[in-house]
Amino acid sequence: MPARLPYAYKYLRAKKKFPHVWCPGCGIGIVMGSIIRAIDSLGWELDDILMVSGIGCTSRMPVYVDFNTLHTTHGRALAFGTGAKMANPNLKVLAVMGDGDSMAIGGNHIIHAARRNMDITAIIVNNNNYGMTGGQFSPTTPQGAKTATTPYGMIEPDFDICKLTEAAGANYVARGDVYHVMELDGLIKNALSGPGFRVVEAMAPCPTNFGRANRQGDAVKMMELFKDNTINVAQASKLPKEKTEGKIVRGIFVDKDGIGYTERYQDLCDRVSSGVKK
Amino acid sequence: MSGVPWGETKLVQGNEAVALGALAAGIDFFAGYPITPSTEVAEILAREMPIIGKKWIQMEDEIASISAIIGGSLAGGRSMTATSGPGFSLMQEGLGYACMTEVPLVLVNVMRGGPSTGLPTQVAQGDVMQARWGTHGDHPAIVLAPSDVKECFELTIKAFNLAEQFRTPVILMPDEVIGHMREKLTFPKEEEVCVIPPSSPDVPLEWYEHYHSSATGVSPMAHFGSGYRFHVTGLTHDTHGFPTRKVDEVISKMNRLKQKITRRLDVLEHNDIHNVEESKIIIFCYGSVYRSALAAQQILAKQRKKIGIFRPVTIWPFPDRTVKEMLDTKDVILVPELNQGQMIHEVERLTSDSVRVVPLHRYDGYEITPEQLVAAVLEVM
Ligand SMILES: Cc1ncc(C[n+]2csc(CCOP(=O)(O)OP(=O)(O)O)c2C)c(N)n1
Ligand code: SF4
Ligand SMILES: [Mg+2]
Repeated sequence: MPARLPYAYKYLRAKKKFPHVWCPGCGIGIVMGSIIRAIDSLGWELDDILMVSGIGCTSRMPVYVDFNTLHTTHGRALAFGTGAKMANPNLKVLAVMGDGDSMAIGGNHIIHAARRNMDITAIIVNNNNYGMTGGQFSPTTPQGAKTATTPYGMIEPDFDICKLTEAAGANYVARGDVYHVMELDGLIKNALSGPGFRVVEAMAPCPTNFGRANRQGDAVKMMELFKDNTINVAQASKLPKEKTEGKIVRGIFVDKDGIGYTERYQDLCDRVSSGVKK
Repeated sequence: MSGVPWGETKLVQGNEAVALGALAAGIDFFAGYPITPSTEVAEILAREMPIIGKKWIQMEDEIASISAIIGGSLAGGRSMTATSGPGFSLMQEGLGYACMTEVPLVLVNVMRGGPSTGLPTQVAQGDVMQARWGTHGDHPAIVLAPSDVKECFELTIKAFNLAEQFRTPVILMPDEVIGHMREKLTFPKEEEVCVIPPSSPDVPLEWYEHYHSSATGVSPMAHFGSGYRFHVTGLTHDTHGFPTRKVDEVISKMNRLKQKITRRLDVLEHNDIHNVEESKIIIFCYGSVYRSALAAQQILAKQRKKIGIFRPVTIWPFPDRTVKEMLDTKDVILVPELNQGQMIHEVERLTSDSVRVVPLHRYDGYEITPEQLVAAVLEVM
């Protein structure tokens, strides 16, 4: 039996859930693979994991994996996850969101989850558009790009997910892509391995919408763009500026072990309950 | 004050009684966003809950607040939020999600003047239809309207119990007058209070269906982390919780969602009825207006004029059958409301043309007084 198979049996839901909804060439499934490999390498119990998501192609992920799974409303994954984590701090909470989900409608929730250093790992699949609704622009659509709602090119500046969450206070911030998939496995594993709010931006192709609208070619061509147009943070630091210009940097940008919200709240309870009879 | 003053008699505010009722019901988790006139509920719980190791958080808005308590409830905590009009509007998204996914929770909406920011510090009953129909799609609603401070305490406990029993959100809707008034309240002894604990399934893991269709339409709910792994989605789902578009599964879900409430009026219906059988003129009211109606009834009794009072405590589901049976034979039903006419349509729906259904609206931010009611009754007599 190929060595890869046990993953499928252990982590995927066997009955009725497949074939999945994602288009051929979509990058979301690769991110799901990375998450599963990262969790497997940590040896976590399925019962202890809560995967929570919002709405979108990315946010369909929880239905396929055999954890505790919660598919919520558009943008709210982190708010639902916050409540679940508080009610049961033993849960390891993983929020899976799209770029629209996390940066547009859920923008308020992500900055506050980061500010609180809420103990949640957020995996954001950035395909630079709203895949599910047919490829409208998102807050991460690059300027000039064509989408269903920017037929003349995007005129708004875009968000940098990593800089935004770093500024808001996240403990861990990293960026990877689905071409450099072993690296992505590692970034997600690191993200899952510490306290506080932890973010991985996983860049992924949406060949059906963004790729087609911007004539980026098929899924394979889009993968090659990640190979050609990105650079690892360690490599980038060794190269002269002109060689890295225009490239998207991958790697870990923030890695702190600041106290997470769960511990802070427990400390508060301990402090105020001392001397009070229960 | 620390904790519930079991067995003691105190001067208590309505919102305070709600907070203490939540503690009495064993609340595990509160998430909210400050808004007048509900803020005291959040503030009291912020003080009390960490002392007993319970979880409290102020979220970034009301959408986040209700989302958080749904997550908390699914993870096994008895959960509540409290808000008022503008926040209640923002909570409609999460309310619909909780209805659809059958998650128990308590939502307290202390009603103030609207629409929009309206009259933040003043009384209204303008949200009673929103509580029924505010979130999109057909959905169940259980809504309780207290009329005094004692009921704020008791109905909060009841709201937690009904939420568990029916696996659905329960909305408690004091109006601003009830939320902010102070009355003498004798708390029960701890052992006198009945609290229904969160359910848990007893079937083997592989037998568990998150939405098992039992005779009552409600089945025990497992929690995240308990070992029963399940999927929750706001998409229409099958009995295991997985999305479906199969016609029979969609219909069966939608029917059960409705019937688990409509077929259990025996448990849910709760009315306060005074002299209705022997009177030809009835005041139909709820919330703070009921207090004025009681006073008006006494004033009129001194003038040897008899009126009855019909007051639903559970305002949704509406007590259709009882209203039809008891009120369709009357001469006049006066429906005073702190809005431009909302529940009156339900009364009209259930009575024949021979019954005069007379509105009395007040929407200037002040309560309907007994004198206003007496004058209105004398006019229709
Ligand atoms: C409140 C609300 N508004 C709008 C929608 C429609 N909608 C569904 S998914 C989506 C955007 C998804 O984009 P993204 O989060 O980037 O996820 P992707 O599909 O690209 O993975 C939108 C706008 C919705 N479901 N709910
Ligand atoms: S629309 Fe785009 S994001 Fe959605 S499944 Fe297809 S390729 Fe993936
Ligand atoms: Mg997207």
